[in-house]
Order: sequence, then structure tokens, then C-alpha cells
Amino acid sequence: MANTSVNFPTPTLASPHARDRTAPQALLAYCRRNPQLVIGAAMLLGLVLVGVLGPFFVDPKQAQPLSAPTAQPPSRQYPLGTDDYGRNLLAVMVTGLPLTLRIGFLAGALGLLVGTFLGFVSGYLGGPVDAVIRTLVDTSLTVPGLLILITIAASIKGFISVNIMALLIASLAWRQPSRTVRAQVLTLRDRGYVQVARRSGLSTPEIIVKELLPNLLPFLAASFVGAVSYAILASIGLEALGLGPQNDPTLGMTVYWAISFSAPLRGLWWWWLPPIVAVVILILGLLLLTMGLDEIANPRLRRAA
Amino acid sequence: MTADTARHATAQAQAGQPLLQVRDLRVYYHTPRGAAKAVDGVSFSLEPGERLGLVGESGSGKSTIALSLMRLIKPPGVIEGGEVLLGGEDLLAKSEEEMRQVRLAGVAMVAQGAMNSLNPVKRVREQILDGLADHGQPIAKRAVADTLGALLRSVGLKPEVAGMFPHELSGGMKQRVVTAIAISLRPKVIIADEPTSALDVVVQRQIMDTLLRVQQDLGAAVILIGHDMGLMAQFVTRLGVMYAGKLVELCPVQAIFDEPLMPYSQLLIASLPSLTKKGELRGIPGLPPSLLDRPTGCPFRARCPHAFDRCAVEEPALRELRPGHWAACHLY
Amino acid sequence: MPIGYLVRRVMQFFIVLWGAATLNFFLPRLAPGNPVRDRLLSQASQGGLLQSGVEEMVRAYNAEFGLDKPLWVQYGRYLYHVFQLDFGFSIANYPAKVLPMITAALPWTIGLLVVSSCWAFVIGTLLGALAAWPRAPRFFRYLIGPAMALSAIPYYMLSIVLVYLFAVTWPIFPLSRGYSISRLPGFNLPFILDVLRHAILPGFSIVLAALGFWALGMRGMMVTTRGEDYVTFAEAKGLRDRRIFFSYGLRNAILPQMTAFAISLGTVVSGSVIVEAIFAYPGIGTLLLRAISASDYFLIYGIVFMIVLSIALATLAIDLLYPFLDPRISYRKA
Repeated sequence: MANTSVNFPTPTLASPHARDRTAPQALLAYCRRNPQLVIGAAMLLGLVLVGVLGPFFVDPKQAQPLSAPTAQPPSRQYPLGTDDYGRNLLAVMVTGLPLTLRIGFLAGALGLLVGTFLGFVSGYLGGPVDAVIRTLVDTSLTVPGLLILITIAASIKGFISVNIMALLIASLAWRQPSRTVRAQVLTLRDRGYVQVARRSGLSTPEIIVKELLPNLLPFLAASFVGAVSYAILASIGLEALGLGPQNDPTLGMTVYWAISFSAPLRGLWWWWLPPIVAVVILILGLLLLTMGLDEIANPRLRRAA
Repeated sequence: MTADTARHATAQAQAGQPLLQVRDLRVYYHTPRGAAKAVDGVSFSLEPGERLGLVGESGSGKSTIALSLMRLIKPPGVIEGGEVLLGGEDLLAKSEEEMRQVRLAGVAMVAQGAMNSLNPVKRVREQILDGLADHGQPIAKRAVADTLGALLRSVGLKPEVAGMFPHELSGGMKQRVVTAIAISLRPKVIIADEPTSALDVVVQRQIMDTLLRVQQDLGAAVILIGHDMGLMAQFVTRLGVMYAGKLVELCPVQAIFDEPLMPYSQLLIASLPSLTKKGELRGIPGLPPSLLDRPTGCPFRARCPHAFDRCAVEEPALRELRPGHWAACHLY
Repeated sequence: MPIGYLVRRVMQFFIVLWGAATLNFFLPRLAPGNPVRDRLLSQASQGGLLQSGVEEMVRAYNAEFGLDKPLWVQYGRYLYHVFQLDFGFSIANYPAKVLPMITAALPWTIGLLVVSSCWAFVIGTLLGALAAWPRAPRFFRYLIGPAMALSAIPYYMLSIVLVYLFAVTWPIFPLSRGYSISRLPGFNLPFILDVLRHAILPGFSIVLAALGFWALGMRGMMVTTRGEDYVTFAEAKGLRDRRIFFSYGLRNAILPQMTAFAISLGTVVSGSVIVEAIFAYPGIGTLLLRAISASDYFLIYGIVFMIVLSIALATLAIDLLYPFLDPRISYRKA
């Protein structure tokens, strides 16, 4: 049978009128289409502001024990009350929140850096290097990270500071980014423009920096937010077990002290509720931000649901 | 439906009434930028045992017609109006449950992209039996093997295929299984939407032969949807040409090759490669109009070599220009 | 079942176990401060243990680790013991050995965690699938938002809130523990009911917090699946919607969820460790928390190894069972 099919052009649904808009208008319109991004960013910005502006309203020194009467409910003088150590819990929040954010961002950034490097190497070079890295990542991902962290943290319990905490968590936070980046590099590697760049004599690092990296930026942003979420959840989990910086009032340590002093059973809700609310806002904000960034990185997902 | 109206409907069908009648069917897709009129006022009818072909560019609305005859249009698509009469009963007026009973038993579909039309985690046997069970025709355990064997043999498959998973079948075999499912309840109308698009030419031929044979065995009418004019010439008795959501020409299949009336059909025929005259393969210049803001007048006028003033103002209606040969064009 | 795949998969299982054991061996030696023996002594003096017990333990450990022998010999002996599930003595509860302490706590954890994780999986998966199904009631679509918000709260934080609400403010459920102090454990109806009553709050906090994760994942998969040709063809076959939903939609969309379930078991277990601690539930989590606060290293390492072992077993089981769920996967490809 001869090939008798007709080559039909594809019809277009697009309206012929190109829409002219100024940049701010376009930005506004985009934000309206991607509300997760805006709401998530706003939630995180609010938390950062608590840390930045807080010291103007309350003396951070009151986060130390014995700076106030013990176990007082919220009052005008102590808006978030005080705990059994006699700490002003508002001061604890104002000092602790930025510490938790610092752990998250530090560990997330380190994890992303290492993960991206390994992902690039693994995806771009392929071969035995790829096989080794992939086995390492896949195998370690089957072990729950919190358990590894518990083992390590238990061994160095007395020595944990905020920065060590961040390093500790970064030692696991690279796994997921390396996997995502590797997959993305694999799909990009064989695209036309990368092939062209390779034929035209660009060196491997040049191709990675000039051709691959710019195309991966949205993915890296989403991976970064994901790594930060992981780091914050992991740090709070460790701290809730008492395996955090013993002398710093991070959100997780505050919850830990509240649990060890049976605050929920004794009705001292002002001790544990504010850090929990802060954690929920933090995690929800990061989640919404990830979803918003995913939509930028992966426009095909748009309106999928 | 009362027994009385049922008898009435049967009587009508016997009195030379067409089996399937589509009147002024309109299907719109509601997008943020307005309604895209995918099918815009299409009417045709189908006699018992007849084979009707529908051709057109992708997006011309032919697949949308197939889905709307089964009432399977999904949002944002909406059947805006019209009638689909099967044996005198309007399918568009039925309840969802009544319509479900009509699917497969009254109108069956051999789906487009049949390669992926089978559930990957179920055996062929279960996928056939599902359809029978949900139409109140479960088969006794003892008879299952015989019934399935006969059904599979009728589409040229071995009975052992019943125990296999879709990934164990070749493309042609999958297409045959889909055909077997479609005829399992002896439907009156079979809609075949590009049934062979993913298959190689030899298998295409075998599948079409099978479809032709089972159609004649059942005495069912077939609507074949596609864009392969060669396939149409061999298989169908009548042919409809779709353009931008409208039926622009409808005639016995030989007539479209002998004397295409609508200029679009003429260009379509002229663009076919031919064994006798070795010309270049020509496409049709230009693009079909946007379905969103449709121009006034004839939808084809922007690409039509014979367009004149009237074409811009007045939309041509489908008229019978030769005996049994309908076309929508101001030239005649 | 091709041998190659089986061997590779079982090898991965042993690599994970070996990694966990190795970590447990070297960490105490890499940690700043004293080696095991000195730490044991200082721990014992703090805990006020009898000198004779410590001497006996030190001797036991000297014998066990062969501390005078080269490191690799020590390592080999250690691995040999670990693969017999012998983790040595508990420092804080000498002369109790680690393994019996763990096996006493294990049934409580498995009972609470496995049951509530499965409920979370079932409810979440159904909710997500229904939220993506066009002919399901709209109601399910509105549930997705709250489920997502709940999933953003770590399990243990949700349990603090639940304890405060339903055990302190309105004392409907018991505050803590696995069963009432007044009751003698036994296999009789009142005791079982008592255990169930105690399991409701901790179980509920796990179910609530985990549900959103499954619902979100399932909704995504179902959106993809409902656009597949075989679902359209099932509709064209005139099947009942219930059958299309379950055996054509859900049956296919659930496949990636199953793999995720195996992986997430680990997360669930480690997250729920803290839930147990909050409820003083007599399971692994509480044991772990006590071990951490008493710096009972051998108990900590023993618990971590046992959890790693059970998760590795669970993922191995699901990987080996997967081809029965998805006939397309032959072991050749995997």
C-alpha cells in the first residue's frame, strides 16, 4: 500500500493578538497564576523579619536562664510567657528562630553544592564514575537519614554547636540534590545545543558552566529549597530528641526542653505552641515555595491537576 | 423507555429509517480565551451495515465527533447542542447510566492509539469479561473459555492470547484484542478512530481486512476516522470531509476521487501521490483558521484559490449539488 | 525469577547492613574524647554502678573487642557478633544485654507504627485518588488542602498538640504509656481494649501527619493515569465507574506509591521514634530516647542497627514482590 496519508499542518488555538504588557504588569499577572510562590515567599519573609526586627522589641539576653520569673503565662511584660528556667520565651523565639533558619540554609546550601557537583560529574561523565556515585546515593537513600544522624549526634552530643549541627546535616542533605541534578544533566546532555557546543570545541567545564548551568537554574533553585526543608526537618527531629546544640535555644531544642519538663501535661501551652507554630509556618512556606518553583522549572506540569 | 416506544423505534428503523442520525451537533471547548468550536453544526446519517469515512486535518473535529457519539467528551469540552439518534432514540437526552449501557452494546469504539488502550496490569481475558459483566451479560464459568476462544478467533487471534498481558502482545495483536472487545456485545455501530495509525503497512492491511470481515459478519455500521485517503478508498462506501469543525463535503467514496466539488477536497485529492502521474507532493498552502475567533463566511476562504466576495459574507450551507453528493460551497 | 537480579538485590541488602554496622563500629572511635573503655568507666562512676560490675564489663568488652588486637581484627570480630545480632551489654542497665531489651520493645513499636502507617497509606491513597477522579464528589477535592497542611507538621509536634487537647484539656484518652499501670499484661479482652485505647492518640497523630503525603502523591499519579488511553477505552467499554476507578485507575496509579511506601517506612519509623518518646510508649522510640539521655551507646547502636535491619528487610520484600503487582516488570530490566 502506498503511503497516501496527507501532511496536514497543525492548527493553532493561539489568538493572533499578541498581548503587550509592561514588565511589572507581567510580573503581577505571573504571581496571580502562581500564588504558591508568592504565599510561600511571604511566609518565609515574615519569619526572617521576626529574627531581624525582634531584637528591637525584646532584649535577646533574656533568652538566658534566670532572667525572668519561672513558668509565667503570657502577660504584657512577657508576651509569650516564661519557662521553668526563667527564660523570656519571646526572647527565646527571637534568638532561636534565626538559629534554626541558619542551620537549614547552611546545611541546604552545602548539601546542594556537594550534590550538584556529584550530580554533574555523575551525569556528564557517565561510566564507572557514574556507577559508583549512583550506587552510593541509592544505597544510602534506603537508610533513614535521621537514624544515621542520631548515631553520629549521640557520639558527639556534648560538642554540638549550631555550625556543627549544620555540617552534620549537610553530610546527608546532598543525596537527593545529586539524584535530581544527575537526571536533569542526563536529559540536557544529548540535546542539540549541547552537542553543537561540544563539536565547536568547548571544553567540558566550559560546556557545564556556559550551556548546562543556566538551563538548570530553576531546578537548582527548587532543589535548594527542598534541601533546606530536609535540613530543617532533620535538625528539628534531632533536637526534639535532645541531640542538638545544648546551649542554644533553637526551635527544636525549645520543644525538647518543653517535652522534658512535661510542659504539655502541665498545661504550659505557651512553652511548646509558639515554636511548633513557627515550624509549621516554616515548613509550609518552604513547601509552597518548592511547588511554585517547580512550576517555573517544569511548565508542563502547569494546570495538570 | 416503555415497550411501546421501543417497538415504535424498531418499527421506524425497519421502515428504512437511518440507523444513526446526527443533527446539528455542536461541541465547544471552553478555554480562558473563549469557546473553541471543535465541532460546529455537523449533520449526517448512517444506514445499517454502511461504512462511512471521516477525513480531515488534525483538529478539524473528526475525533471529537467520535467521542461525542459515545458522550465521552471531557471538560473543558461540552456538547452544546444537537441530536444523536440511534434507532430513533436521542443519546444526548439519556441519563448517564442509560448511556453507559449503550456504550459497547449499542455503539462501540476501536480507539485511537490502540497501542495503549489496554490496561497494562490485567490479562486480556479480564479486560474482555469486564465489558460483558458490566452490561449484565456475565458468562458462566464453564462457557468462558469457549466464548473467549470464539471471539478471539473471529479477529484472527489464538485462544491462548486470553491468558496474556498486553506487554506480551505485538502492536497488531493489541489492535485485534481491542477489536475483539469492541465487537464482544455485537454493537450496531462501530467507531474506528485511526485504528491503524501506529502500525506498519502490512499489519494495517490485515487489521482493516479483519475489521471489514467482522463488520460484515455482525451487519454493523462502521464510522472510520482517519486521514489516509488510500485506506478510505479501500474500506468505506461513503466519505465525509471535515474542515475547521464543519462537514464540508459528503458523498459516495468514488465521487470524491472522480469529482471533488469543494475546493478544499480538490486540493486534498490533488495533493495525493499517485502511481500513474509522478508529480511532486504538494501540501495545501496556508493554515486552518483559529477555532477561537472564526472568520465570518466560509472557513476555507483564506486558503481557497476560487474565493470571491460572497465567501467572505455568507457561510455556505451543505447542499445536495449532485444526486447523493453534498458539499458546502458557493461555487455551485 | 532471574538469579542475577536476585543476587544484586540481596547484595544491596547486605551492603546497607554492613554500612550501618561499620558506622556503629567506627563512630565511637572517631568521636572526640575517650575510647570506649574509658567512656564506659566514666559512665559507670556517674551512674554509681558497682565497681565489680564495671570490671566485669570491661573484661567482657576486652574479650569481645580484643582491644589489644589490631583494629581490623577488632572490626572483624565486631561484624561477626553483629551478624549474630549480639550487641553486647547495656551500659546503663548492666548486666542486661542489649538484644532482649530491644526484642521486648519491638512488638509495641511494630504494633503501633505498622498499623498506623498502613492506615495512613490506605486512607491517604484513597483520598488522593478520589480527589483526582472527575466523577467523585467534590468534597474530596476540598480535603486535599487541609491534608497538605497537616503533612507539613512533623509527627511528634502533632502528637504534642493532640496530647494537650485530648488528654489534658479534655481528658478523653490516656496521657501516656502503652497500657494502664493497674492492669496486668495478658492475652485477654480488657487488656487488649486498654492497649487499643492507649494506642489511639499516638496512632492518630501518625495517621494524620502521614496521610497528606500519600494523598498528594496519589493525586499526582491519578491525574496522569486518568488521561491514559486505557482509561478512556474503559469508559468507551461502558464499564461501571466504580470498576474503572479501582481496576483501571487506582490499580495502575498505585504502583509508584508502593515503592515510595517501602522507602518511606524508614522515615515513618524514625519520625515516630519521637512520637513514642512523647507518649512514653513502651516501644523502641522511648528506649532510644532513654538510651540517648543516659549515653548508653551500645543500646543506641543496637537500636539503630535493628531499625536499619527491619527497614532493609521491608524494602527487600517489596522489591521482590513488586513484579507480582506490575506484570510489565520482569527482573531482567530492574
